[in-house]
Amino acid sequence: MAVIEIKDLAKSFGEVQALDGINLEVQEGEVYGYIGPNGAGKTTTIRILLGILQADRGKAAVFGRDAWQDAVEIHKRIAYVPGEVNLWPNLTGGEIIDLFVQLRGNNHKSRREELIARFDLDPSKKCRSYSKGNRQKVALVAAFAAEADLYLLDEPSSGLDPLMEKVFQECITEFKEEGKTVFLSSHILSEVEKLCDKLSIIRQGKIIESGSLNELQHLTRTRMVLETKEEIPSLQDLRGIHDLKKQNNSHSFLVDTAELDKVIQHVSKFGVKKLESSPPKLEDVFMEHYRDEGGES
Amino acid sequence: MKASFFHNSGRLTRLIFRRDRLRISLWLLIITALTMITAFAYTNLFTTQQEIMIYAETMRNPAMTAMMGPGYGLDNYTYGAMMAHTMLVLTALAVAIMNIFLVARHTRRDEESGRIEMIRSLPVGRLSNLTATTLASFTVNILLALLTGIGLFLLGIESMDLQGSLLYGASLGAAGIFFAAVTALFVQLTANTRNAIGYAVIFLGISYLVRALGDVSSEALSLLSPLGLITRTQVFVNNYWWPLLLTVAAALAITALAFKLNSLRDLEAGLLPARSGRKTASSWLRNPLGLALKLQRTSLIAWAAGLFILGASYGSVFGDVDAFLESVEMYREIFIIAEDIPFVEQFIATLMSVIALIATAPALIMILKVKSEEKASRIEHLLSRAVSRKQVMGSYLLISLAASLLMLLLSAAGMWTAAAAVMADPVPLSLFLKSALVYLPAIWALIGLTVLIIGYKPGAALFSWIYLGYSFLVIYLGEMLQIPDWLSGLTPYGYVPKIPIEEINIPALIILTIISIILMAAGFRGYRQRDIQLSG
Ligand SMILES: Nc1ncnc2c1ncn2[C@@H]1O[C@H](COP(=O)(O)OP(=O)(O)O)[C@@H](O)[C@H]1O
Ligand SMILES: [Mg+2]
Repeated sequence: MAVIEIKDLAKSFGEVQALDGINLEVQEGEVYGYIGPNGAGKTTTIRILLGILQADRGKAAVFGRDAWQDAVEIHKRIAYVPGEVNLWPNLTGGEIIDLFVQLRGNNHKSRREELIARFDLDPSKKCRSYSKGNRQKVALVAAFAAEADLYLLDEPSSGLDPLMEKVFQECITEFKEEGKTVFLSSHILSEVEKLCDKLSIIRQGKIIESGSLNELQHLTRTRMVLETKEEIPSLQDLRGIHDLKKQNNSHSFLVDTAELDKVIQHVSKFGVKKLESSPPKLEDVFMEHYRDEGGES
Repeated sequence: MKASFFHNSGRLTRLIFRRDRLRISLWLLIITALTMITAFAYTNLFTTQQEIMIYAETMRNPAMTAMMGPGYGLDNYTYGAMMAHTMLVLTALAVAIMNIFLVARHTRRDEESGRIEMIRSLPVGRLSNLTATTLASFTVNILLALLTGIGLFLLGIESMDLQGSLLYGASLGAAGIFFAAVTALFVQLTANTRNAIGYAVIFLGISYLVRALGDVSSEALSLLSPLGLITRTQVFVNNYWWPLLLTVAAALAITALAFKLNSLRDLEAGLLPARSGRKTASSWLRNPLGLALKLQRTSLIAWAAGLFILGASYGSVFGDVDAFLESVEMYREIFIIAEDIPFVEQFIATLMSVIALIATAPALIMILKVKSEEKASRIEHLLSRAVSRKQVMGSYLLISLAASLLMLLLSAAGMWTAAAAVMADPVPLSLFLKSALVYLPAIWALIGLTVLIIGYKPGAALFSWIYLGYSFLVIYLGEMLQIPDWLSGLTPYGYVPKIPIEEINIPALIILTIISIILMAAGFRGYRQRDIQLSG
C-alpha cells in the first residue's frame, strides 16, 4: 500500500494557483525527495497532507486515509518538521519537546535524551533566546523522539550548520534502515540526492519530473571550470556540454551527469592544469531543461 | 462536527494556563484589588447624608449618564449603588480589553506566527485550539466574577450583600465572556492579529457609544449593547440577573458561529479576502517618516474617527444637561462656583479630562511602535541603511506628537459639533478647543516618559500603560470623589487646569512641557547608545 497517495491535487490562494494537478505516490520504506524552487508549491502540498489546508480538488491520502477528514488519526503515526520553526518565547526547549511528545501520546524518554545529546541542544533555555537553528533543532528532536511511521520534513536543514546537518542525515539514514517512510522537501537538489531513493520535481504547481535518481540523471548537470595546457578544439561540439563560456585559457560550462565520464576522458588529453566542479543547482537544471525542450521558461 | 475535531483540547487548555499563569494572575489581581479599593474608598469619602444626597443629584445629570450609564436607587442612595454605578462600565471596559488580548493572543497570533501549524501536525483536532482558548477565557472570567464578587462581600459594607456582590462580579464576567466570544469571531475573519484586535476594539468602542447614546435617549438602543445590558442589572438595588443571561446567551451564539467558521477555513487563512498591496513604494514611503506613517495609518485613522465620535456623543447630551439644570434648584445652589460661569461648562471640563486620557492611548501606541518594530527585528533593516537612530526615533516621535494634537482637536470639534446642534445657546468652539488643548503638555509628558523607557529599558514599556491606567483612575474618580491631592499629584494630568472652570495656569503648563522635553532628550540619548535587541 502506498503511504502517501496524491491524485490530481489542486489548490489555489485567490489568484495564485499554488498546485495544479499534482500526482505522486510514496511507497512504504522509501525516502522520497520533493524538489522545487521557492514558491513551487512544496509547502502547500505538505500542508494538504497534514490536513491543515483543504484541497480544491483531487485526492490526498496518507496511510490510505483522507488527509482532511482523518487528520487526527493520521497524525498519530506521523512526525512533521516545518521549514520555519516558531516557538513560544516563554517556554523552554525541553518543555516544548515534552508537550509535543505528550500531545502525540507515546513517550520515549531515552530517545529524547539521546537526540538532545546528538543535536547538542540545551533544553533548559527559554525559546526566546534560541537562534533559528536551535529552534529547528527543538522541532527535530520533538519530531524524531516520537515513534512514527512517516516523517514529513519541509526544508528541514535550512537553518542547520554543516555539523548538525550531518547528524540530521544520519537520522534519516537510520529511519531508512528501520523501514520508515520519509518525505523530504528541498530547493537544493544536492542536499537530498544523497538520501533519497526517489524524487519528484515540482515547479509552478506542477510535477515536471519524477523517478529514481538514476532515471533523473539526464536532468542533473555539473558546473565545471577547466584550465588546460593545450587549447581544446571544438569543445562546444562535445555531447552533453552546455552554457560554455571561455575566458583566456579557462572554460566554464555545464556537463550532463550522464556524459561526465566521456567529457573528462576527452579533456584529459589536453593536459589538465586546473579542474573545479560544483554540484548542479536546481535553477540550472530547470532553466536548461526547459530551454532545451522549448517549453515555457 | 466530529469528536476528533476536539482531540487534545484539554492539554492545550493546560498549555494556555501554563504560558499565561503570570499574565492571568496579574489581571485578576489588579481588577479585584481595584474593585475592592474603590468600594472601600466610598465609605470613607462620603460620611454625611448631605454629601451622599449631593452625589446622588450629580448622578442624575445626563452627562454622567452618558459617561457611566443610568443612575439608579438615587432616592435612597447607598455605598453599594454608588460604587457599582460609577465603576461597572469602566471596569467592564478593562475586562473586555483583557479578553480581547487573551483570545487574540492564543488564536490568531499563534496561528500567524506558525506555532499552531506545529500543534496541528500532531494528533490535535481542527477546533481544539479554539476550544482550549474558549475554555481558558471562560474560566478566567468565571474566576474573575467569583473573586470580585466574594472580595466585595468580604469588605463587609452594609449595602453590599452577598447576592449583589456576586451579581457585580458576574456582570464583569459576563462582559468578559461576551468580548472573548466577539474576539473569537473576529480572529476567524482576518489573517492578521493586529487587524483582529483592531476590529474587536472598534466593536468595544461602538458598544460603549451605543450604550452612551441609548442611556441618554432610548432604552431599547442601550439593550443592543453588551455594556448597556450589564448596567441594567442595577446591582445592590434591584439585583436583576436577566441582563446577564441575555449577555451570556448572545456570547454563546457568537462562539458557536466562530467555531463553525473555524471548521470551514484553512489554517492561517482569514475569511475576509486580504487586499494585495502596491508593487512599488510610493514616493512618500521612501524615508523613515513615510514608512512609520504608512505602518500606522489605519490605526491613526481609526482612533481619529473614534475620538471624534466619542466627543460628539458626549456633546449630544448638552441639550439635556441644560434642561436638567433648570429643573434642579438645589443642585444649582450647591455647585455653582462662580455666577459668571455657565453651569454647563463645568461638564465640558469633566468630559474633556476623560477624553484627554483616552486620546493619550493612540499617542502612546504611535511611539511604542518603535519598540515593537525593534523586537520584530525590523528596525535593523533601517539602521543598516544610512538611517540614524535619531531619525528613526524622531519619525515615530513626530507622529506621536502630531497624533496627540490631532486627537484632541478632533474630539473637541466632535463635542462642539454635537453640542451646537442641541443647545439653545451654544458654547463657542474656542472654549472646547482651549479646554482640550491644555492637556497637550500632560500627554507630552507621558510620551516623554515612554521615549525614556524605550531609550533605556524597552522591556519595561508596559509601565507607560500602567501609568496611563493609574492616571485615568485618579482623574476619573477625582471628578466625582474628593481624592487626596497627593494621589493626583503623581500624574501630570493632575496639574492641568480644568478649563473653563479653572483659570489657565501657564507656569504649570510650561513646567510640564519642559519636563517632557527633558524626558525625550534623555530617551534619545539612551536610544543612541544602547544595543539594538536582536531576536533569532
Ligand atoms: N496562504 C497563502 N496565501 C496566498 N498565497 C499563498 C499562500 N501560501 C502559499 N501561497 C503561494 O502559493 C505558492 C506556493 O507556495 P509554497 O507552497 O509555500 O511554495 P514552496 O514551499 O515550494 O516554496 C506561492 O506562489 C505562494 O506565494
Ligand atoms: Mg516552502
